[in-house]
Order: sequence, then structure tokens, then C-alpha cells
Amino acid sequence: MTRYIARSPDVAARTIGGELMIMSGRDSSLFSLNETAAALWEAADGATPLAGIVDRAICARFDVAREEALADAEALAEDLARHGILVVSEAPIPR
Amino acid sequence: MEEMGARALEQGIPLSVHLDLTYRCNERCVHCYLDHDDHGEMTTAEILRVLDEVAEAGTFFLTLSGGEIFMRRDFFEILAHARKRMFAVKLKTNAVMVTRARAERIARLGVESVQVSLYSHRAEAHDAITKLPGSFRRTIEGVKRLREQGIKVSFANVLMKGNEDDYGHVRALAREMGAGFTIDPMITPMMDGDRGVLALNVDPERLSAIFRDESLTEGAPRFSPTPAGPAPEEDAAQMLPCSAGHTLAYISPYGEVFPCVQFPYPCGNVRRQRFADIWKDSAQLAEVRSVRLADVEGCSTCVHGASCSRCPGLAYVEGNFRGPSIQDCERSYAITGVASENLKRKKRVIWLAAAAA
Repeated sequence: MTRYIARSPDVAARTIGGELMIMSGRDSSLFSLNETAAALWEAADGATPLAGIVDRAICARFDVAREEALADAEALAEDLARHGILVVSEAPIPR
Repeated sequence: MEEMGARALEQGIPLSVHLDLTYRCNERCVHCYLDHDDHGEMTTAEILRVLDEVAEAGTFFLTLSGGEIFMRRDFFEILAHARKRMFAVKLKTNAVMVTRARAERIARLGVESVQVSLYSHRAEAHDAITKLPGSFRRTIEGVKRLREQGIKVSFANVLMKGNEDDYGHVRALAREMGAGFTIDPMITPMMDGDRGVLALNVDPERLSAIFRDESLTEGAPRFSPTPAGPAPEEDAAQMLPCSAGHTLAYISPYGEVFPCVQFPYPCGNVRRQRFADIWKDSAQLAEVRSVRLADVEGCSTCVHGASCSRCPGLAYVEGNFRGPSIQDCERSYAITGVASENLKRKKRVIWLAAAAA
């Protein structure tokens, strides 16, 4: 199944001291994303399939096996979506 | 949040910026510290550029306030740009001009929260303070519209002579409307230093009772009834007075940069310099940042030293930000009934002056 991810329009985000801080628009809870999570977030354009993002933003930059990276990215995307930080869809997400 | 603040402090990042878009207002609150005439506010283009600069400096929390924010016709253009730059935006308003369409736009733009000034649950008491007939009704209607959109709202209840007995009812109204509630029991001087409005402060005995009102924190003591004692020497040498100028900055509608909205010490102007340059290079900000509790005359050894909420801005308005703020000394006295070192000294000076006369 092809999945697409987009940054939620409700969040606030800033890189502070090299770490990406994101505040959920749903409940104002704060999240600190590590480097790989931040790479996923930044590449979440709603148009590129998740697998493509993993290839381009994760595997090309970090020393990780593709299958493992994709499984981790899917789990992370679901988790961030639960907190209202990412939108996950089976179709491209218009901006 | 604490970790984020600590990281910002360590890296010299202005984590929070308070930007007043205008000092114009549709209300004329009796205790207001502002001059409401327009002396040349920043243009839309200037404000959008400042928001870009502030975002680049690393600011996460942005408060848009005034005056009344809806007095600016370009308010939504400014708000949309702020959200595009991904600030966590808090609005401060009296909500009088919040129509359904405006509430919907605020919700769509993903504002973090809205703080609304409410002085009483009684329309006549609220309107007597705002000097705007019908303002209570319109504020409540505005808040209802915001809440209908699921927007987080908090009432700011400033207490003064005339509404000091109403805070319990305002809090009940807040609960009924699904809003938060904060209380500010002390009036601060005008930005130009005029202290005339301080006459509106509630009487010391009443203030003391308010500080000791356990219902304000659901049974838990709001403040320690006994002084916490002087801060340990090694702590005092490190303790910062507050976040003003360290991780917090204030920008006026005219582009002036101050350490905080309550600390009118001019540090630069974004019309002449980039915000980041002022933040990094201002000699005035460096001076503000150099102060530690141990440097404040009388405060480091004061019996309230470890628990005092001394505001350097109030101290500045009183004449010296390296000195005590007598208004905070009075607050500590109202909470505990124990006079601070500086309050005792002030009383001695008054007594000596009276004796000499």
C-alpha cells in the first residue's frame, strides 16, 4: 500500500540548538524530534510516497537498511499522526 | 518545556517574543499603561519582515497583542504570515470585535491560544473599567465564538478597586465557558513611568486575603505563607532575575525592542537594525543579562530572597533595574506579612524624613 505524509498545518515548529521542536496544534504538547524523525518531517510534502521519502531523506543520509528504515518510518508516521503532527493518507495530500 | 527553555538560554535564543501590533484600542481601561495614539506604527511590510527576522533568530513562542489587535486592518495578513513561519502564536485581545468569521479564521490558522481580558462577571463593573458601554456582552459573545471553533481561551482577570471581589465569579464563568483563568492582583505603572494608576491597586489587607485564598488553587496554598529565607550565596551568584532579555524580548508597534513588555529599557529598533543584531549586540541587553540576584542591593540577603518574584522591569521603572522593586516587596509583604529588607529601609527613610520635617 502506498502511503503519503504531509506536515499538519496546525503545528508550530522550530529548530532550537540543533533539535527540531514541534508543538501539536491539537493539545499544545511539545515534541522533540531526533535527526531521522526531523528528516522525515521536513520531507513530508504530501506528494512524495513514504517509500520515496525514506529512500531520499533517510537511506541516502543515514547508514540504515531500507526495509528497516521503511518499517520505522511507517511506525513513526502513525505515531506523529496520532499526535496531530503529521497527516497520513493513501492518496496524495493536496497542500 | 523547561528543557527547551534551558537550551534556549544556553544558546542565547530568544525563545519567546511579544509583539504589540498597535497601541490603539477600542477600550479605554482605567488602569491601562499605554498611550493609545498612533505615533507611527510599523507598516504591514515592516511587520512581516520583522516576523521573518524573529523566526530566523529561533523564536518559537510569539504573542501578538496591543492595544487591540483587531484595530489593525492587516491583522489576518500578519497572523497568516506568523503561522506560515510556524510560530506557536498566542493572541491577546478583548474579543469585542471577534465575529464568527474572525473566529473561524483564527481557528483555521492554528493559533495556539487566545487570552481575553475580563474584569468582572457583572456587566456594569466590567464596562466601568473598560469605559466602553456594552463591552462585557460583546466580549462574552466573542469568547463564545472562539470556543465554538474549539480555540483554547483563557480569561485574564486584572484586579483593582471596584472589581476585587469578583474574581471567584469570573473563574466560575470561565469554567462554564470551558476557558482558563488567570488572575493578576497588581496594577503596574504606565510605560512612561507615570505611577498615578497605582492608586487603583486593591488595599493591602484585601490583597493579602486574595494571596491567601486557597480556593484559587483548589485547596493548595497559592503562596508560601512564610518567607523562604535568603537565597544561598552560591545560588544568588548564578540566579537570573527572570527570562527578560535572556530568552524573552518585546517589540513595540514602533519597532522598539525591550527586554520585556514590562521592562521599558530601550535596546534597539528593528526599523534600523536586524532583530538578530539587536539581540546579539545590544549593550543594553548585555547589561540586563549581566545582573544576578547577588548583584541586587538588599535583595540577596532579604528574607524573601529565595521566593521573591522581583521584576527587574518594575525595578527599572522605579529607577534602577539593579535595585529592588518596592512593588514586589509589597507583594511579598501581602503574602507573608513580613517586611522585606528594602521595605523596612523605605519605611525608615520615610520615618526619618517625617522626623526631620
